[in-house]
Amino acid sequence: MLLLVRAGFRRHSTYRLALLAGLTTNSVFGVIRASIVLAAIGSAGSAIGGYSAPMAVAFVWWGQALLGTVNLWGFQEVKERVRSGDIAVDFLRPLDPQLVYLAGDIGRAGINFVARGLPALLIGAVLFDLAWPPSPGAWLVGAASVGLAVVVAFAGNFIVSLLSFWLIEVRGIQLVWMILSGLFCGLYLPVPWFPGWLRTIADWSPWPAMLQHPLDILSGRLVGADLGLVVANQVVWAVLLLALGQVVLRAGRRRLEVQGG
Amino acid sequence: MTSPPNGAAAGPIIETVDLVRDFKRTRAVDHLSVAVAAGESVGYIGANGAGKSTTIKMLTGILQPTSGLVRTCGLDPMRRRVDVARRTGVVFGQRSQLWWDLPLHESFTILAAIHRLEPGQARARIERLVDQLEMGPQLAAPVRSLSLGQRMRAEIAAALLHEPELLILDEPTIGLDVLSKQRLREFLLEERRERGTTLLLTTHDMGDIERLCGRVLVIDEGRLAFDGTLAGLARTVGARRVLVIDLAEPTGELSDIPHTAVLAVEGDGLRQRLAFDASETTAAAVLAAVSARAQVRDLAIEEPDIEDVVRRIYAASGRG
Repeated sequence: MLLLVRAGFRRHSTYRLALLAGLTTNSVFGVIRASIVLAAIGSAGSAIGGYSAPMAVAFVWWGQALLGTVNLWGFQEVKERVRSGDIAVDFLRPLDPQLVYLAGDIGRAGINFVARGLPALLIGAVLFDLAWPPSPGAWLVGAASVGLAVVVAFAGNFIVSLLSFWLIEVRGIQLVWMILSGLFCGLYLPVPWFPGWLRTIADWSPWPAMLQHPLDILSGRLVGADLGLVVANQVVWAVLLLALGQVVLRAGRRRLEVQGG
Repeated sequence: MTSPPNGAAAGPIIETVDLVRDFKRTRAVDHLSVAVAAGESVGYIGANGAGKSTTIKMLTGILQPTSGLVRTCGLDPMRRRVDVARRTGVVFGQRSQLWWDLPLHESFTILAAIHRLEPGQARARIERLVDQLEMGPQLAAPVRSLSLGQRMRAEIAAALLHEPELLILDEPTIGLDVLSKQRLREFLLEERRERGTTLLLTTHDMGDIERLCGRVLVIDEGRLAFDGTLAGLARTVGARRVLVIDLAEPTGELSDIPHTAVLAVEGDGLRQRLAFDASETTAAAVLAAVSARAQVRDLAIEEPDIEDVVRRIYAASGRG
C-alpha cells in the first residue's frame, strides 16, 4: 500500500514541467484572487462571513496551494481504463482496484503538495499578510483535514469515472461534476459568503469536505469544537463515497464486457 | 514458494462444465466442458471471435458466465477473485499490467509487494527472471520506451513473479519478430521444466503450439471442436505430410506408391508431390519406393499447416 503511494508520487514527479506550470498558474491566480477578496473586505470595512482580511487571504492562498493536491477536477485514468477494457487487468491483481487507485492518488497528492502547493503558499506568504493556524493542534487537525479532503475528492471522482461502465462517454457528467465541485468546494468564493439557500445546498453536499473545511481550519476561521464538527463531516463523506464506490465497482465488474475475442 | 491447497482439491486446475456466455447478440461460449490437469501445457486455438478470450476472462474472474460452472485452481473465479489472482499469472497480449511512466524495475517491485512476496524472495525471483529473459539493460528504462518484444518479456516476467501454478497467456507472441518469439518460447519451456507451471495459451501462431503445447483445444463458435494432441488433431482432420520429389528425368505419374496419393505432377513429371499419412507409412519408405522407379535428384517434406488443419475442422463442421 505504501509502495503504491510512493509509486503514485514518483509517477507524477516525472512530469516536472507540468508541476512548474501548475505552480505558476496557481500563484498568478492567487495574487488576483487575494487582491479581489482584499478589495471586497476593504470596501465592506469589516470581516465578511467571519473572515478577517488576513484570514480571507490565507483562505485564498491555501486554496491555491491545495488546488493541485486535492483532485477537484477529476482524473482520466480510471475512465480511460474502463473504456479501453484495461480495467480488466486491475481485476487480475489480488487487490481491490479502489484501494490501488486511492493509494496512487494519495501519492499524486503528495508530490503536488510538495512541488506545487508549498511553493505557492510560500509565494503567498511573502506577498501578502496571511493568518496562520492559531495553535499546533490546529496545524495537526488541518493536516488531517487535507488528507481527508484528498480521499473525499478521490472517492467522488472514482464513482464518476466508473460510470463509464454504463455510459460510452462520461465527459458531460465529469463537466457537471467539475462545475459543481468548483462552486461548492469554496474555490471561487468561501461557502459562508453564499446566499442562504445556496449555502444550504452546499452544506448537504460532499464538496465542502474537499476544500472548504481544510481551508477554514488552516486559515484559522474555525476553532474549538467546530474543528471536530467539520472533520467529522469529512469522515462521514469519505466513508459514504468510498462505500458507494465499492458498490458501483462491483456492479461494474458484473457488467464488464471487454470487447474483442 | 509452495502454494497451500487453499481449499482446492487435487482435481483439475481448470475446469468448465457446460459453460455459457452470451453477449447482446451472440453466444460467445456455448456449453464448453473442459478439464486441464495441473502441469499440462495446453494450446487454445480458434478463429477470431471463436470465444477464446471470453473463456479466459471467465477463467480469471473478469467476466461473469451466463450459465454453467467454471473453476480455476478449484475456486469460483468470480467470487474468489483475489485468491485466484494470487495463484495464477495472466498476460493479455494487447493490455499491459506494467506502470507506463515508471522504470521497469519499479513495476516489478510494486507487483511483488502487491503479491506480498518477502523482499528477499522477491529480489531473488526478479533477478532470476530478468536474467533468464535478458532484460537487464531495460530495467531502468520507463516501460513506455520499451520495444514490443521487450515489453512482452516484461509482461510475462511480471505474470510469473509470484510463481503462479497456472500461467495464462492470451496471444503472447502477437506482433513479435522471429527472434523474440524464439526467445520467449525457450524461456517458457525452461520455466515449465523447472517449476512445472501449467500453461494455457491462445495464439494464432502455430509455431507456439508446436513448440510449447502437449495438448490442443480447438474452439469454434464457442463450442469445443477438438481436444487432443497436435498429432491427433492432424490425424482427425486427415492432414497429411507431403513429399515433394524432384526426379532426374520426366517420369509418368507415380500413382502406385503404397499409402500415398499424388497431389500434383509438374514439369512433365520432373516434380511430383505425394501426400501420405504419417500413421500409415514413413517418408523413408515412400522415398525407397520412388527410388525403385526413378532416380531422385532432390526432395523436401512439407509438414501439415495447422491453420489449414483448423480450417478443415471448421469445414468439417459445415462452416468456414
